[in-house]
Amino acid sequence: MITKDLKIGRRSFVIGSTAVGAGLALGLKIPFGAGVVRAQDGSPEINAWIVIRPDDTVVVRVARSEMGQGTITGLAQMAAEELECNWSKVTTEYPTPGQSVARKRVWGNFSTGGSRGIRESNEYVRKGGATARVMLVQAAADAWKVPASECSAANSVITHKPTGRTTTYGKVAEAAAKLTPPADVPLKDPKEWKIIGKSVKRLDTIDKVTGAQVYGADLKLPGMLNATIKECPVFGGKAKSFEADKIKSMPGVRHVVKVGETAVAVVADTWWQAKTALDALPIAWDEGPNAKVSSASIAEMLKSGLDADQAFVRTQVGDVKAAIAGAAKKVEAVYAYPFLNHAPMEPMNATAKYTADKCEVWVPTQNGEAAFAATLAASGLPAEKCEVYKINLGGGFGRRGAFHDYVTQAVLIAKQVPGTPVKLLWTREEDMVQGRYHPVMQAKLTGGLDASGNLVGLHLRLSGQSILAAVFPQNLQDGRDNATFQGLDPSGDFTLGYTVPNLLIDHAMRNTHVPPGFWRGVNINQNAIFLECFMDELAKAAGQDALEFRRKLMTKHPKHLAVLNAVADRAGWGKPAPQGVHRGLAHMMAFGSYVAACAEVSVTGDKVKVRRIVCATDPGHAVNPAQIERQIAGSFVYGLSAVFMEECTVKDGRIEQTNFNSFDSMRIAQMPKVESIIMPSGGFWGGVGEPTICVAAPAVLNAYFNATGKRIRTFPLKNHGIQMV
Amino acid sequence: MARLTINGKSSEVNVDPNTPLLWAIREQVGLTGTKYGCGVALCGACTVHLDGRAVRSCVTPVSTAVGKQITTIEGLAANGVLHKVQKAWVDNEVPQCGYCQAGMIMAVAALLKDKPKPTDADIDGSITNICRCGTFQQVREAIHAAAKA
Repeated sequence: MITKDLKIGRRSFVIGSTAVGAGLALGLKIPFGAGVVRAQDGSPEINAWIVIRPDDTVVVRVARSEMGQGTITGLAQMAAEELECNWSKVTTEYPTPGQSVARKRVWGNFSTGGSRGIRESNEYVRKGGATARVMLVQAAADAWKVPASECSAANSVITHKPTGRTTTYGKVAEAAAKLTPPADVPLKDPKEWKIIGKSVKRLDTIDKVTGAQVYGADLKLPGMLNATIKECPVFGGKAKSFEADKIKSMPGVRHVVKVGETAVAVVADTWWQAKTALDALPIAWDEGPNAKVSSASIAEMLKSGLDADQAFVRTQVGDVKAAIAGAAKKVEAVYAYPFLNHAPMEPMNATAKYTADKCEVWVPTQNGEAAFAATLAASGLPAEKCEVYKINLGGGFGRRGAFHDYVTQAVLIAKQVPGTPVKLLWTREEDMVQGRYHPVMQAKLTGGLDASGNLVGLHLRLSGQSILAAVFPQNLQDGRDNATFQGLDPSGDFTLGYTVPNLLIDHAMRNTHVPPGFWRGVNINQNAIFLECFMDELAKAAGQDALEFRRKLMTKHPKHLAVLNAVADRAGWGKPAPQGVHRGLAHMMAFGSYVAACAEVSVTGDKVKVRRIVCATDPGHAVNPAQIERQIAGSFVYGLSAVFMEECTVKDGRIEQTNFNSFDSMRIAQMPKVESIIMPSGGFWGGVGEPTICVAAPAVLNAYFNATGKRIRTFPLKNHGIQMV
Repeated sequence: MARLTINGKSSEVNVDPNTPLLWAIREQVGLTGTKYGCGVALCGACTVHLDGRAVRSCVTPVSTAVGKQITTIEGLAANGVLHKVQKAWVDNEVPQCGYCQAGMIMAVAALLKDKPKPTDADIDGSITNICRCGTFQQVREAIHAAAKA
């Protein structure tokens, strides 16, 4: 277990005196160090990915973060598949970002977002396992003085085939670790996989049912103080002044500190004391230039983009204007999607200890390297004097990936209490008002149908916020944010599944002062609603069945079509539904995977019951089907919570929602039955955590229309008096 | 100062009697399996048992827990044997991130004490915990499995 291996306050492993080879850089090849590197318990590293203990325990190093999505299990399956080890003796641990930097990024990218954890690192992690296997076999062969080609490995046992002699990985690990790693060890053909593709049990369940799992919020360090914080609720504002004297005598209060220009924190013996004192602290804010912004003013700004002349063009095929002007029928609709908070169950937190010689941070993060960078920047210390220890996350959903504002804050607080570890834990209220919100977006869709009901032209105009412009402006392309078009792209991981003879997809960028972020699924959430609801609108206008209308446009997109057909078949599309039940469809390609859903709803007055959703996904390779099923069902909870009940509204420049009473989330009573069809077609690696999130909402909205004849185009549905039951 | 009985063990906690039980359990007694999620009894991550009844400890003052048997997730297993709800959770691989699961399990354990064979409607009516990972499908399956155990 990661948390058990992690000795709090110390490195989770140390590098032996022989150290690592210099000059090894991670490209697509795996660098392996020369000489023996040891884990903290003295066990030898076979390579950076694999440590083997004398009792045959295999420790797989995982750079990506586990936040519930099953990544540590999936990546361990990758390594174990090629290692040919005994799966029941596999465990995992996190390398630290500081060690990664010291070893020239031997573990590659730590970022755990964009559904990339497995698909981006599968090859080098498998190679880590394969290379280690070859070295272990070689070490056994050397000991027996026989050719390695006469030896085989299975289940952590090495056998010399001619004599039947056997040994185990644990016995030869020490010798194997001294060998020079072979280059270019071939990987197995997927047909030979025995662990990849199997629903092996997760490696991290038991501690989560006994209370033993340590999350960032649970961390305890000797002498640790506790802090909580308030940042100016108006984004762009500052903390002007605060009356520390009013709370200094309150129980447990140790320090009242300004944090950067924008925030104030109380440091106390316990968190409850810190929170109680901060609640009583008078703070004057300089609210800055955005104090008058409201949801209405933002909506007006976005509306101006719907018909603006200037827009970033992503796809232009044929002549849309002419095609629509000449169409027998024109269909037009405007949709809008709100700001959303991630609201992971564990509020933001980080623990920092600072001295002039060392800054250490313990943090639940989706990206250890980004947390490390934030630590360096806030502490002002060089990389060799900083370290970050990753703690398991109580949910991430994108909030803990690109943003480490809480790490910056924790370090800035710790700098004011040098030598003492300080745990900064946000209140839920702070978490709600200091989010990195799903961007706000409107869309105007205009379609032209010919006399036979064929779609001859489609213009999809997006107007709204760019995440990249705010977060990674260096990734803009001539000012254009390509991520805005996720699911609508002409090719790649987010390919539009329709061929339309005249097509224009463009984006009028309208940025707000509300900081945007990557929210599970990112821009497919709204794009799938815009596109797939409008496809139903077009089909209705054409007088055609929603599935048949789509199929005609999808002949050049067989993988998109396959998942759509799969859900239609399973759900019985075209056959009578049970009394009072209505169906709706949606599909998309996102994060490299093809996904589709067919929802069944029943509607009584304003009450909507989502009874069943059939979902299909083709992720290329399905590493652990049981975990994929759980990601599908879980993504639907996140996506449907949003479309039915969630929005973050802006008043006086600040977010109005402060807790789960005003930013609600689905409960078990509202959970539909989710049936998953996992149909990996092979040959590519698609994501799992995010893609399916986007098809639940449009499938349900289309089903709602089929039940009621009402087309809802602004969200959440609660604003229309519609209740999920 | 108050004396609390948690998982059968008596502990002296040095807090104002209005302090939420959650923070006495986490910060005074040092049992961190019980989680802070919302602080206002909306999410259920802080659920513990008071005399066998599920309560949300983030809004339960320490003073009302004095003299009662408090059970936290750490005290649910008896003599090293997992409670049947915990076992069902493992068998059905319910947790994703796991942060809400201690509260979920405590709520379910209390439900099964009241209603050993709960219907889906019973579950819907009494299990109101928030899970942002969305484990509800597995939660329901595991509750029925635990009821059969």
